[in-house]
Amino acid sequence: MLEINNINVHFGVIHALKDVSLTVNEGEIVTLLGANGAGKTTTLRTASGLKKPTDGNILLNGKDITQTSAQERVKMGISHVPEGRRVFPAMTVLENLELGAYLRRDRAEINKDLKMVYDRFPILYDRKKQSAGTLSGGEQQMLAIGRALMSRPKILFLDEPSMGLAPLLVQEIFSIIKDINETGTTILLVEQNASMALQIAHRAYVLETGSIVLSGTGSELMQSEDIRKAYLGG
Amino acid sequence: MEQLIQQIINGISLGSIYALIALGYTMVYGIIKLINFAHGDIYMLGAYIGYFCMTTLKLGFLPSLIAAMLICTLIGMAVEKIAYKPLRNATRIAVLITAIGVSLFIEYGTMFFVGAGVRTYPEITGLLAKRFQFGSMVVSMQQIMIVATTIVLMTILQIIVRKTRIGKAMRAVSLDKDAAQLMGINVNTTISFTFALGSALAGAAGILVGVYYNSINPLMGVMPGLKAFVAAVLGGIGIIPGAMIGGYLIGIVEVFVSGYGSSMYREAVVFAILILILIVKPAGILGKNIREKV
Repeated sequence: MLEINNINVHFGVIHALKDVSLTVNEGEIVTLLGANGAGKTTTLRTASGLKKPTDGNILLNGKDITQTSAQERVKMGISHVPEGRRVFPAMTVLENLELGAYLRRDRAEINKDLKMVYDRFPILYDRKKQSAGTLSGGEQQMLAIGRALMSRPKILFLDEPSMGLAPLLVQEIFSIIKDINETGTTILLVEQNASMALQIAHRAYVLETGSIVLSGTGSELMQSEDIRKAYLGG
Repeated sequence: MEQLIQQIINGISLGSIYALIALGYTMVYGIIKLINFAHGDIYMLGAYIGYFCMTTLKLGFLPSLIAAMLICTLIGMAVEKIAYKPLRNATRIAVLITAIGVSLFIEYGTMFFVGAGVRTYPEITGLLAKRFQFGSMVVSMQQIMIVATTIVLMTILQIIVRKTRIGKAMRAVSLDKDAAQLMGINVNTTISFTFALGSALAGAAGILVGVYYNSINPLMGVMPGLKAFVAAVLGGIGIIPGAMIGGYLIGIVEVFVSGYGSSMYREAVVFAILILILIVKPAGILGKNIREKV
């Protein structure tokens, strides 16, 4: 479904991504692991169009989208939950969710999806009139995911959804991610919490200082000695 | 007492003008963090467009108002596209200097076409010339019209910003550009629309001032532009209701200083307010830092 071929990304003189290639097939959860500064977020931002690669190309369902703008990519079925959640703090929960469906005009279907999001995250329904800035971290994460689902994505990018959340909430978020995937959305997940991510991922890639150094199925990587040492604490 | 009420009425009329201009400053700042110093000159152009509509084309007030707003909208969008859009990723100081350049360009460009002299708006007759006397107080129809027009425009603006799709996009872009793009919002279109709205309001302010004070000149936008900027900062720059409050406050303060003190000091007082607010509460009256929870 999503194919990234040999992309290079620069920030000024810094070479952030070096010949990164990865594939996400339809129906999969693929996770991208790596330490801080390895280039995980940059990979997602390049795939969703917020950052343009210096070379290489990105294909979505076989179509080259390397030069396509971020908003066009949303229309094509990419939805990105950015690092740090990035909800619109001064707007209400409902307004945030409505913005998720910004490009859609099918009012009836939007309401259906709104109900779907509220069913999945009942707390958002309770707080729909509240401004998003007043939500707790976990609630904001749910809002960010709910907002991303409102565009009816074919593929969902999640950037560190567990960051800063209490362990119990982390469990919950991961089971929600699994559930979203089982209802037909392909997922590309960036995580620092490697053990949780590998448990739900079909396949995984490991990034180190801008290059992919390892890839395999979730269980393969869980067994890998290097991974255990570097990311799983033993 | 009657004099006090009279001053407040005058202050509200003047404040309406400042509020209309301040809205454009604040919206543009909110969305691209630029103090658009050319904004006062759009107001001046609004006054000239109104002038030509009413004299050369012999149009009435309302058609002239609409024409001034529409043409200013187009000019505002053109300025954004030509001068600011290419600098989207430039440093803020570069854009600020460009804004000053645009301001001078519009001022002296206008002078080239219409001359540097003062022009006088046509004498208002009929309904708009009416004055109402209450004891020693006088309320002119023009003042009522200024305030009424301002209230109508502000209401429309609020509806656009709060309720419409593009209004929500504006707020989203001003809060978080990247996240807005991820919603599928076209940031450039939204910025352009913001300039359009602000310029339309400035155009309206221009023609209202023309009708009220009669005389217009190509540099008339400089001082009201700066004062409206002070109003926007006073209310909390980037906050739409703040610009309205700031505009009215500055208008009332200015009229009071002229009325009870000396009109020589009215500008000094306005800028003293700017200095004071920057020392005491830099975020402005309505400004607060929204802290994000982690």
